[in-house]
Amino acid sequence: MTSSVDSAIVFEGVGKRFDDWVFRGIDLALPAGRTTAIVGESGCGKTTLLQLVNAVLRPDEGRVDVLGEPVPDHGLEAFRRRIGYAVQGAGLFPHLTLEANVSLLARLERWSPGEIDARRGELFDLVGLGQDLDDRYPHQLSGGQQHRAGLCRAMMLKPDIMLLDEPFSAIDPITRTEIYAQFENLRGHEPVTTVLVTHDIREARRLADYLVIMGEGSVVQAGPTDAVVAAPADGLVKRLLESAQ
Amino acid sequence: MRSLVLAIVVALAFAAVPARTADETIVVGSKNFTEAYILGEAVAQLLESEGFVVDRRLGLGGTKICYDALVAGDIDVYVEYTGTIAEAIKNIDGQPTRERLAEVLTPDGVEMLETFGFNNTYALAVSEQVATARGLTRISDLRSHPDLRMAVSHEFLERGDGWPSLQRAYGIEEIPAGIEHALAYQAIADGAIDLTDAYSTDGELNRYALTVLDDDLGFFPVYLAVPLVRVDLDDRAKDTLRRLANTLNDSEMREMNARAVLGGETTVAVATTYLAEKGIVAGDGSSAATQFRDTLTGRLAANTTRHLELVVLALLPATVLAVLLALGIFKLPLLSRGAVYVAGLLQTVPSIALLALLIPLAGIGVLPAVVALFLYALLPILRNTVTALTSIEPTLRRVAVAMGLSPAEELRHVFVPLAMPSIIAGVRTAAVISIGTATLAAFIGAGGLGDPIVKGLALNDTRLILEGAVPAALLAVVTELVFEQVERWLVPGHLRASNSGG
Repeated sequence: MTSSVDSAIVFEGVGKRFDDWVFRGIDLALPAGRTTAIVGESGCGKTTLLQLVNAVLRPDEGRVDVLGEPVPDHGLEAFRRRIGYAVQGAGLFPHLTLEANVSLLARLERWSPGEIDARRGELFDLVGLGQDLDDRYPHQLSGGQQHRAGLCRAMMLKPDIMLLDEPFSAIDPITRTEIYAQFENLRGHEPVTTVLVTHDIREARRLADYLVIMGEGSVVQAGPTDAVVAAPADGLVKRLLESAQ
Repeated sequence: MRSLVLAIVVALAFAAVPARTADETIVVGSKNFTEAYILGEAVAQLLESEGFVVDRRLGLGGTKICYDALVAGDIDVYVEYTGTIAEAIKNIDGQPTRERLAEVLTPDGVEMLETFGFNNTYALAVSEQVATARGLTRISDLRSHPDLRMAVSHEFLERGDGWPSLQRAYGIEEIPAGIEHALAYQAIADGAIDLTDAYSTDGELNRYALTVLDDDLGFFPVYLAVPLVRVDLDDRAKDTLRRLANTLNDSEMREMNARAVLGGETTVAVATTYLAEKGIVAGDGSSAATQFRDTLTGRLAANTTRHLELVVLALLPATVLAVLLALGIFKLPLLSRGAVYVAGLLQTVPSIALLALLIPLAGIGVLPAVVALFLYALLPILRNTVTALTSIEPTLRRVAVAMGLSPAEELRHVFVPLAMPSIIAGVRTAAVISIGTATLAAFIGAGGLGDPIVKGLALNDTRLILEGAVPAALLAVVTELVFEQVERWLVPGHLRASNSGG
């Protein structure tokens, strides 16, 4: 069980390069059962950092431990199914109905139709999606509905971890406020370890218990949200926090 | 519903596999002009009257295709001309004797039987009126009639063994005008010219009442029609075919051609009459099978079925291979580009050339036709599939991986469904191209709707051409409709290629 692990995700001296180093020497321990926001300007490597968690990318140095174990070399499908994933724009498959998009993984895991329906109904209630939308294709849904469906798809298998890559950035402000509430409702009922990548410090402060502020190629400051807000490590963090006032 | 369609397609594919021909079946070939069709049909009917099972491959596209097919054992017999054997097949100068020809054919496993009796060579023809008025019977007579208005085909005028040599041999000084061969007969009939060149058994010679001048110096090479058979052909069959020896003279062959080209008789009927009148076959020589083949419905059914067989047999494996190949290589940009390039290269080989190139490898008939159609079908399917797969939105690909889909699940649940509209469009294009190209398969004896087209071209018979062209066009339209339906089953409305609306 993961409850004995205080840190769900641990980075130790992690570096990643494509042509040049994106970052080096990252040391982080992200708290279990909480929401962590990784905040930084675009291009600072925050999405790259996120993709090291579910082994879509591999570190060039250092190690990443997830739920107390190093990221495995084999059996990646099973490993990734314990980690929900949602992206900007929702990333729903256009050829599948809402119902089929959300249920896809559960079907592949051979859940019974009853289990699938029950779980989907539970999630739809938590994020405020009506069952009457089941047979719609993504293009027939509003942006807000698509994003909520994306969250449900990520949560379908009751994962241990949920990774969110700028999931709310393409939504209009009013809908966004609504979705924040639904997201918090979901998290309140299912306190899964969540890592949220965002460039929006307001969003981070609103949703996250723990902040990781990234500058170019390194972590500038990491800690509980209150602590970071109370004592910014340097001018950059201070300016970032002030920009949100 | 889908499984029903699948079952039908699979059943069609199996039904399309040609039944293995029994050992005693004799395959009769022929070239694709009127006389060749008549004589090929006569050979076939004669063999059938003696109880042999005959497979007709009439209308093969030329000397090379026929002879190669005979040597390869794809056909057992076809009618050739001695002059063609000497000049075109064996490159022998002068006029070799019968024994010499037999000698050079033996190494190929080919035996030459006795001649039909007529000589289909070049000839000079004048209108009967002019011939009578001036007393012309021989080419030598032309020397004393320099005022004749002469026009010969451009080819005959230029060829080394044409007019220039004839002029020297006969001592004729005049140089004729050049004229398109097809127009020459009408020009003589209208009295615009007095003399032209012809083939000595052309049916038109009878229709336009022309007199053929005797080649009294023996200038023109001899083109005696002879059945060429494989040495290993059943002896009883060879003996049967010897009954055709010396049964036709030039004017009789000319008369038969005229009835087929101008008199509206089918080549099958002309052949039947010939065998009966000459007492080669007692009574009506045509078997029940021949009768059936010779009704319009029978021909339409047989040709359309064969046409569909060719297309389906080529399209199914091409679809499977091209889609699998595309799925295997679309993540490797260099390899995908290479494969699409190679398939495109295949597409540029002219179909007739490809069919001819395939004869040494696959013989004649259904197999090489299917192979050629298969190769042509690869490109549209491969290119469409690769393009569709590589243009899938990167976010969706990333989500599929991050969700924990295995490569197989990715293909099954994401890539293939998203590429499906393009795959169907590719197969549809390939199918329509195949239906068109399959008409050319008649040149290598594969049959299908190209058969009446090729024959109609040879006999200058528009009705016959339409008998192939109209069903082929209808087939293409039906194919479009079928694929629209298939797309409706496999692709949700908003993703359909044929439907831009929601």
